[in-house]
Amino acid sequence: MRHKIASVLLVLILGGAVSLFVFKSEPKLNKNFEAEKSFFKNHPFRLGLDLSGGSYLLYQADTSNIDSSQVGDQMQALRDALEKRLNSSDLSGVFGVAENTVRVEGEDKIAIELPGVTDATEAVNKISKTPLLEFKVERPEGEPITVKPGLDGKIDENALQAEQFVVTELTGRYLKKASLEFDPNTRAPIINLQFDDTGTKLFAEITKNNIGKMVAIFLDGSPISTPVVREEIPNGEAYISGAFNPAEARELVRNLNYGALPMTVNNISTKTIGATLGENAVTAGVNAAIIGFLFVISFLILWYRLPGLIASFSLCIFITIMLTLFKLIPVTLTAAGIAGFIISIGIAVDANVLIFERIKEELRSEKSVVDAVSTGFSRAWFSIRDSNISSIITALILFWFGTSLIKGFALTLGMGVLVSMFSAITITKIFLSVFNFTGDGKVARFLFSSGLTR
Amino acid sequence: MFIIKHKKIFISISVALVFLSLVSLFAFGLKVGIDFKGGALTEVVYTGERPAQEILDAKLQTLDLGGVLLQPTGEMGYIVKSRSLTDVEHTQLLTILSNDGENELTETNFNSIGPSVGRELTRKAIIALLLVSLAIICFIAFAFRKVSKPISSWRYGFIAIVTLLHDVIIPVGLFVFLSRYYGAEIDTLFVVAVLTILGLSVSDTIVIFDRIRENLNNQTNVANINFSEIVGKSLEQSYVRSISTSLTVILVLLALFFFGPVSTKYFALMLTTGMFFGTYSSIFLASPLLVIVEEWQTKSARKS
Repeated sequence: MRHKIASVLLVLILGGAVSLFVFKSEPKLNKNFEAEKSFFKNHPFRLGLDLSGGSYLLYQADTSNIDSSQVGDQMQALRDALEKRLNSSDLSGVFGVAENTVRVEGEDKIAIELPGVTDATEAVNKISKTPLLEFKVERPEGEPITVKPGLDGKIDENALQAEQFVVTELTGRYLKKASLEFDPNTRAPIINLQFDDTGTKLFAEITKNNIGKMVAIFLDGSPISTPVVREEIPNGEAYISGAFNPAEARELVRNLNYGALPMTVNNISTKTIGATLGENAVTAGVNAAIIGFLFVISFLILWYRLPGLIASFSLCIFITIMLTLFKLIPVTLTAAGIAGFIISIGIAVDANVLIFERIKEELRSEKSVVDAVSTGFSRAWFSIRDSNISSIITALILFWFGTSLIKGFALTLGMGVLVSMFSAITITKIFLSVFNFTGDGKVARFLFSSGLTR
Repeated sequence: MFIIKHKKIFISISVALVFLSLVSLFAFGLKVGIDFKGGALTEVVYTGERPAQEILDAKLQTLDLGGVLLQPTGEMGYIVKSRSLTDVEHTQLLTILSNDGENELTETNFNSIGPSVGRELTRKAIIALLLVSLAIICFIAFAFRKVSKPISSWRYGFIAIVTLLHDVIIPVGLFVFLSRYYGAEIDTLFVVAVLTILGLSVSDTIVIFDRIRENLNNQTNVANINFSEIVGKSLEQSYVRSISTSLTVILVLLALFFFGPVSTKYFALMLTTGMFFGTYSSIFLASPLLVIVEEWQTKSARKS
């Protein structure tokens, strides 16, 4: 009996701790939220774009010029450049403090999520202004040059010029800093580029191998400067002198400093969700969860009496554990994710119902209440395990299927099923076992029966 | 057990519903949403006055967007469906919708999906469907590896799969109806719903078959098994459990349907139907089918 009470206390402490955590870390519940420790403040619910409102942009990168073993690395560099650009201090006024996420999706795509940004135009403009900086060397002699004539039958000069050069590994990715200078003689603006360590090595190599030849600096696909290399340049500095006025040059320097792209990107998908739409979805989702929960506990208590009451209690602990996990992991909640969570509430109850039906059967075969409870649990376990396996299989495959919408659903459903196997069984069992009915009085039998029987 | 006695009626109901669903599926088809075929959806709400549809329709003709569909939504808004838009086209569209700046508006929803993204999602959805089906068939095979007499285990598996199809086809039939009369379109959530139904419905059937297996094992007199009686007894023992477990899930799904976010309404409705027929089929379809299969088997055994 003593260790039964200890287990009950343990469950109560666990339940209390998770409830306290959820309460303290939720500004809507906790009036003193501002005064809380940063641990609580740093764990809000993370809402997906469909709930918080915001923008989702999907870009496809042109990786055709990149060696296939390098693609992953280059995509990472592209991601970093875009992230730096979006989060640069100059733009924070536009984007506020919301957490922008930029991530590589699939092999050659970049997904950008901007929570709270309901007008993506600004972001799209910033990205489209990100310069594409490439260093190219002369095409080896003898290699054929193919240029398709344009629609008007003429050959585009830029395209022809571009074809005379081949790409090198040196791109805007290795740019450390750009600055504006003026030619002391002509007063024409010159842009100074300073490479990072890798860039410096690459540039030294390129210049060494191409003495007497042209090295072309391409900006956004067209050559802006094609100097002839006189000697190896080991210090990692390059100059662009082109036909731009001081204002253009200043703008370019600024853009280069926000990060230059290693390859071209195209916007292939955009999604914007207005803030009110998201807010309504949150309210509706929370309401649905609360109402669904009330339905379920009224059913449990009316139909299953004492065990039903205990099951409702363990369901509460299940829900707070899930909420705590959502905060701690953290899980990005979407409307579909909330749906998955709500379904998992139903499944959590399913396990308890299985157990109670078994207990009832055991009671019918004239066993004592205590025996009925313990055999009921052990017999129901196999059914619970079997019926949850198929849900877990589905959740796993859905998670792999993985657009963010579905991942949210699969994750909350899968977590819910796993946590419910712990909470529904262990917690309910611990509590039921304390009600140590030695006798088989009418009261005990009534409390453990169900439905409309007496 | 009356279910076994009147098994033909219950099986007929299922056959009729499945037939109806399939006929409407092939007659009306399903609308495929932009998630899969690519395209753009723009939703705006006007802060002041909403311009007349004819004016905007005429102006939209000037844009080179191919077929554009303008639909009023709510009191103050429009939804525009078109092919996927570039940033420039998107801005142009918004200018037109605002009647060249005369009517102020806010964009509540914009979703543009390039055709390549849609194709990739379609491919993934098909793979996921195949994988889930395969995994569930493997699971069924595993769950019934020990059952044999008087019906071989693969027949249990086969019936479980028939039931599974039944459970998926009926909600899809419902979706055809929603698609035709309420403009519901196949999106990612539709696929999730189908996959979730696959996962949830099979477990119910398995629990009842499990019970049948247990009761068969308890028979001492193997020579004199009355199969339909045992199935009836197993049903009697497990139908309350079956109904109350799916009832709890259906209760929460109904809460989600009536009170939940708009975006998951059809999803909740499909799952509710799936859950309902999943339970119906495991009690009124799977077990009666089992008895029928057994009857055929004994008949043909007697003849030969």
